[in-house]
Amino acid sequence: MAINTRAASVALPWRFAGVHLSGFPVIPTAILAGIALVAIFANVIAPYNPEIGALGERFRPPFWQTGGSEAHLLGTDHLGRDVLSRLIFGARVSMVVGFTAVIFAGIVGTALGILAGYLGSWVDQVIMRVTDAWLAVPALTYAIFLAAIIGPSEMNIVIILGLVYWTRYARVIRGEVLSLKERDFVRLAIVAGCSKRTIMKKHILPNVLNSAIVLGTLMLGVVIVTEASLSFLGVGVPPPKPAWGLMLADGKKGLMAGYWWLTVLPGACIMLMVLSANLLGDWLRVKLDPQLRQL
Amino acid sequence: MRKFIVRRLGYSLLSLALLSITIFLFVRVTGDPAVLLVEPGASKADLEQVRQQFGLDRPLIVQYGTFITSLLRGDFGQSFYYRTPVLDLYLSRLPNSLLLAVAAMAFSLVIGIPTGIIAAVRVNGWWDSAGKIFSLLGLSLPSFWVGLVMILFFSVFLGWLPSSGAGTPAHVIMPAFALGWYFAAAHMRLTRSSMLEVLGSEYVKLARLKGLPEALVIVKHAFKNALIPVLTLAGINLVIMVNVAVVVETVFAWPGIGRLLYEGITFRDFPVVQATVLLSGAMIVFVNLLVDVLYAVIDPRIRLER
Repeated sequence: MAINTRAASVALPWRFAGVHLSGFPVIPTAILAGIALVAIFANVIAPYNPEIGALGERFRPPFWQTGGSEAHLLGTDHLGRDVLSRLIFGARVSMVVGFTAVIFAGIVGTALGILAGYLGSWVDQVIMRVTDAWLAVPALTYAIFLAAIIGPSEMNIVIILGLVYWTRYARVIRGEVLSLKERDFVRLAIVAGCSKRTIMKKHILPNVLNSAIVLGTLMLGVVIVTEASLSFLGVGVPPPKPAWGLMLADGKKGLMAGYWWLTVLPGACIMLMVLSANLLGDWLRVKLDPQLRQL
Repeated sequence: MRKFIVRRLGYSLLSLALLSITIFLFVRVTGDPAVLLVEPGASKADLEQVRQQFGLDRPLIVQYGTFITSLLRGDFGQSFYYRTPVLDLYLSRLPNSLLLAVAAMAFSLVIGIPTGIIAAVRVNGWWDSAGKIFSLLGLSLPSFWVGLVMILFFSVFLGWLPSSGAGTPAHVIMPAFALGWYFAAAHMRLTRSSMLEVLGSEYVKLARLKGLPEALVIVKHAFKNALIPVLTLAGINLVIMVNVAVVVETVFAWPGIGRLLYEGITFRDFPVVQATVLLSGAMIVFVNLLVDVLYAVIDPRIRLER
């Protein structure tokens, strides 16, 4: 019977890495993939240069409103820059910053989590006490502080977000490692004479990777919102780069005049991306990692 | 019990010490700290004076000693922009932040608890799905965007509410909503899971077996017990709200701590930024300690652990 099910599962294309694709969040994944494609081909799709505007064309509404035109489908901002083009290039900023920061934080956090969990004793104490101390300050406040010190640039934002968020991974991964290291396969590896290094690399790491991926997907939304908040506050991606958070900050200039498209559209993009990442993360959590279901 | 409190207190102090060390090191490792500690546009002589004053040419450990002793004396430095001690500035803004946090908390509980209960009672039903969507939206919508869209609607288009500032009850409504929105979702999630746990317990089963009406079971037996973790979280979240409101306060020009932090970055007023980070860390460490100790007082099992 067992052999039968295995054979059947191999034949099914809807199964990979032992995961059934039932209830797969098609729409969120499609949205994320769409945003990724837009980000990759931004310079092909965007109708205008996102950083150069024509002051004569300031505050044009989207095409369906009176005063709008087909030339600027989603209107223009306070410098006459095309909103659609800025949104398209903004996707690139969000994607690049979001993914690199999540991966950076993930690598640091997972490595430290494994070290703390497996080696125990003082290594564990040091890493976990630092984690606790860093978790005490709200992520955004900490990020603002770091940004104030090292100054804003796209690269620095990634570093800052990585420095702020590795602690989340370290906590969860350490907990997993603590239970993993009591399992038979690890004990056997010790008996077989594997070095600590080998055990951590070959036996522990592959087993915590699922959790790290789930966490990473869930963190993507958090990181994107933090990046947008930093840019909104003026310590994120520096202008005139088109980042969604920066567009919201600029949009505030036209808010009281009722230029809604400058506020609603970039925020809607952030929301779509974050919501999709969260839905995908939720699904992955249930599918890949039964232990994280309670999170 | 005393042993537990002492150990827990030790951890908290250690956390604070580590936090101050990291902040201290970040300032000094990433470049010339004198540039941060001196007003923007200061002369070379001023820079030199700051170096002398803070002993920036001395070994790090000595510098840290001076740094931490002045902090312990409540000396967080002088604001470049306001020309007053940073601590005074911080304390003068704190009441506004607390007011906003309390309003946001009230809103988040009024929304979060009832929806959480309904979702748990009608688990997997229509209400539950609606609640899931609500909590997902709450956790996914950036609070500052919620704030901006509300300004657009209620201030610009409808003209019902003031768009910024503080002073009247009407000023509190929108910032409280924008800030509380995220927490409402979090409180709803916790109420739901806590209710589900309690509803599956023996004493609720017994209450049902006794033949009590379902409404009474839910209100009298389940709800009261399910509320404990929610209120604990709410207590912690209140302190967190005071410290995470920076974007919301910026959007609504609300004169709280968050706004102070924002002014700190825009005016390159580094002592303000540093003090805000340190004090928010201290506040959160303290409230966590308080909750742990209170829990240990209530539940002996916790203090026997480890």
